[in-house]
Amino acid sequence: MSEPAIECCNVWKVFGPNPVAHARTLKQEPSAGSDGHVVAVRDVTLRVKRGEMLVVMGLSGSGKSTLVRCLSRLVDVTDGVIKIDGQDIGSLSERDLIALRREKMGMVFQSFGLLPHRTVLENVAFPLEMRGQSRSARIARAREVLALVGLAEREDYYPRELSGGQQQRVGIARSLAIEPDIWFLDEPFSALDPLIRREMQDEFLRLKQLSDRTIVFITHDFDEALRLADRIAIMKNGAIEQCDTPDRIVLQPATDYVARFTQGIDRARVVHAGALCTPLNGSIVEGAPVASDVTIRALSRRLVAETRALIPVADSQGHIIGSLNRTQALDLLLGEAQ
Amino acid sequence: MSDLKADASGFSQPAPTPRTGGIAIATAELSGWKVLLVLALCLAAGKILLPVGMIRPPDWMILPFAAWINAVFDFLRYDLGLLSITRTIADGIEWCLDVTGNLLYGRNRWPHLGPIPWSVLAISFAILGYALGGWKLAVLSGGTLVWIAVMGQWRWAMETLSVIVVAAPLSVLIGMVTGVTAWRWSWFERALNPLLNIAQSMPHFAYMIPVVVFIGVGPKAGAVVTIIFSVPPMIRLTLLGLRKVPEEVVEAGKMNGASQWALLTRVRLPTARSELLLGVNQVIMQCLAMVVLASFIGMPGLGQRLLQMLQALRIGPAFEIGITIVLIAITLDRLSKAWATKKPVHHESGTHWMARHRLWLVWAGFASVAWLVAQVIPYLHEVTRSQALSMAPVIDMSVNWFLTLAAPVTEAIRRFLIIWVLIPFRDAILWLPFTAILVAVAALGWALGGRRSALICLAFMIPIAMTGWWDRAMITVYTVLTAVGLAALVSLPLSVWGAGNATRARRMLLVCDTLQTFPSFIYLIPVVMLFGVSDVAVLAAVMVFAGVPLVRYTIEGLNGIEPEVLEAGQMNGTTWWQALRHIRLPLAFPTILIGFNQSAMFALFMVIIAAFIGTQDLGQEMQRALSATDVGKGLTLGFAVAFLGLMADHLLMRWSRNIHERREARS
Repeated sequence: MSEPAIECCNVWKVFGPNPVAHARTLKQEPSAGSDGHVVAVRDVTLRVKRGEMLVVMGLSGSGKSTLVRCLSRLVDVTDGVIKIDGQDIGSLSERDLIALRREKMGMVFQSFGLLPHRTVLENVAFPLEMRGQSRSARIARAREVLALVGLAEREDYYPRELSGGQQQRVGIARSLAIEPDIWFLDEPFSALDPLIRREMQDEFLRLKQLSDRTIVFITHDFDEALRLADRIAIMKNGAIEQCDTPDRIVLQPATDYVARFTQGIDRARVVHAGALCTPLNGSIVEGAPVASDVTIRALSRRLVAETRALIPVADSQGHIIGSLNRTQALDLLLGEAQ
Repeated sequence: MSDLKADASGFSQPAPTPRTGGIAIATAELSGWKVLLVLALCLAAGKILLPVGMIRPPDWMILPFAAWINAVFDFLRYDLGLLSITRTIADGIEWCLDVTGNLLYGRNRWPHLGPIPWSVLAISFAILGYALGGWKLAVLSGGTLVWIAVMGQWRWAMETLSVIVVAAPLSVLIGMVTGVTAWRWSWFERALNPLLNIAQSMPHFAYMIPVVVFIGVGPKAGAVVTIIFSVPPMIRLTLLGLRKVPEEVVEAGKMNGASQWALLTRVRLPTARSELLLGVNQVIMQCLAMVVLASFIGMPGLGQRLLQMLQALRIGPAFEIGITIVLIAITLDRLSKAWATKKPVHHESGTHWMARHRLWLVWAGFASVAWLVAQVIPYLHEVTRSQALSMAPVIDMSVNWFLTLAAPVTEAIRRFLIIWVLIPFRDAILWLPFTAILVAVAALGWALGGRRSALICLAFMIPIAMTGWWDRAMITVYTVLTAVGLAALVSLPLSVWGAGNATRARRMLLVCDTLQTFPSFIYLIPVVMLFGVSDVAVLAAVMVFAGVPLVRYTIEGLNGIEPEVLEAGQMNGTTWWQALRHIRLPLAFPTILIGFNQSAMFALFMVIIAAFIGTQDLGQEMQRALSATDVGKGLTLGFAVAFLGLMADHLLMRWSRNIHERREARS
């Protein structure tokens, strides 16, 4: 558990005529002119714990897609080191890289990236075919994963015969066929209608429960990020502005940019009782506690009816970990400043 | 002379001065080409004062390109021993031709199975048509084969097809491998591109001469020249297809652990299927066009019959063969396009094996029945000459009747064109000193595309002067200019009318598409019928052939305008004429220019092909070089034609792009 699944140290990705030199210049002098270069990833340092779900969030052009392509080495970094399970992937040979992808990584793409000439079943079986598994074994496994995403009846269809949501289910099934340890999802639901997107998010959360794989999820949709993430990394111009839990991003934005992001959203839906909880420090609270992993919104009725000024908060084991200030919680709920 | 002046001043109008900024540059450019134009006019006006060396290319300027090329070829043939290699390749191809020849028309070679009864092939084609495109295509492809058999043209048609069956797959293979190589290594693409440009603007005959030198004449030479001629579009479309594969599909392939080879063969190429199959379509059509023309180097089949009949002025049989070739062209085009656009459709799970392979079973059933019946009824096996249902005498009669009726009109058109258009224009171009033309061309290049274009135009024109074929080249230029000009007079109003409503436009585009699939040779039949063997016949053939792309692009240009722009015009109270003049034509102009570009290219090709019905241009010399198998001369002439084409291409595309860019910059 000590070693992070993904470790990313001072990673740069620069596009342009002379990327390496330009990255070096920028390291010395961050305000240097662009000189025809585009800096897609700027000095990013990240750690993703095993089993953790990190959502990378930013507007289009903020470099989030490039970052995830660096993590999967679909693009080579200009500078810095990326380690997967402690192994520097920049130094891997072509053969080892292919082996790593065949064994450990799965990826889902924004516009699905399905092979148009193969049926749904053949698409899902493709990574297994690349691994060299026998035909019967890979078909059995592909059927299994298709059943998991609810597309068992559509295995003979071709991608263009499916709706967008169904196509993305195929994409998800394909990425899960090899049971990857690390799962990259690059804006998987951005191309879908809002209703379907919601449905797919629920589906995704369900699939996430089934195993404890490490997930890096890219999105430009803040609500989506808040809904799914263990931790959120907010990117701007290639750099990470803040990387933290949703509660802390909302309650303690590190920069104005992050603060502006959180302005429009309903904080009560995001912030959990545990995040507002202050240590007891010897003071005594009475009555039934609230669970720390419940959002303030979910507590709203109770908060309005509540008579105590301080409400005890309990963690998942039932231990009291602190108290919730009712006024503060109501302020958050009603949209006042904290 | 006056024509040239009118041309040049006409070009100056659509180059307005930019509104803001860069005025100094603009005036410098404008004055640059104007100075050149004035210089050209001075050279023309003061012709009597010029030394002879400035009127026609002087002797010291003419280089013996032909001799050099011949020396290179001799070196390749004898010293490098390339001849034995090419002969070996040709023998391999001949073996394939023997097999298809045996199967299709019973040539007495291995595997000694053929000929396949025509009824079996007709049924197979009909079912193939049904599988790819439904009933209509089934009727078209089955009907074509029935027509061929019933008209007694089976053997010739099969001689032609047997070459296509061998040449097309080989071209596709070569084109794909070359295309993939060019896609993989950019230096190879950079080296290949100019070669492809030249190859695609070389006239058909230029390909034939080296092939005759290395391989000789006959079917295998015909097959080889067909393969070489039809490879370039496959290379282009392979490249295009590979480039168009969505990046995410490739990334998905990589993330799924595909190796480089697996990425290419299982991800990239299958995803580029549509473009590749479009390439197959192009290859087949090019093969057909070439295989018909290859009759000039002794390729038997429909082309040879057509050539003989045309030379003997036997319009009836020529007409019938023409219909056969056209039918084959349409069938092959529709079949391969249907294949390209066909998308895979799944079967419901649990469908029975029989149902999944229904069409195969139907085919096997029908074909074996037809084969059995053909053993009993010889007519279904082979239609003998006496049974052939040729309508040639009837056609001859009606054509003669029509010609006597139309004679006053065609004769009048002919006289008018020859006396008032062709001869004066030709004499004017030949009268001009070559220096005046060079300077005028540079001025034109400068006006349309800046100083660089002027230099590029000169780089194309000066070598032509250096070949010593200047006068011939000018006759080619004059024929092309007249034909494209006359074609524009007819096709522009026609396409404005055609673009008037959507149904009409769609129909006209369909007609244009169909006309473009015809091998160029076909266009000679009706014009020879109407005008006999004369300059006017050549002109008419070139005109029709060059008019088709003009109509097509003009309609596309006019219909491609955003409806909002037109609606805005309507709300501003424009009349139909005002809308055409001020909105539709100016907006469609860049597209129309592309039409002119293609039109000029087609015209060049046609002029060269039409040489055998009598012209005095580069084409005629090329035919002489072909019959004397003079590679040096043939290739020199080929390059001269290609350079004319490339120059026209550069000028028109540059102009079209400039207008486009100016508009983008303004909006």
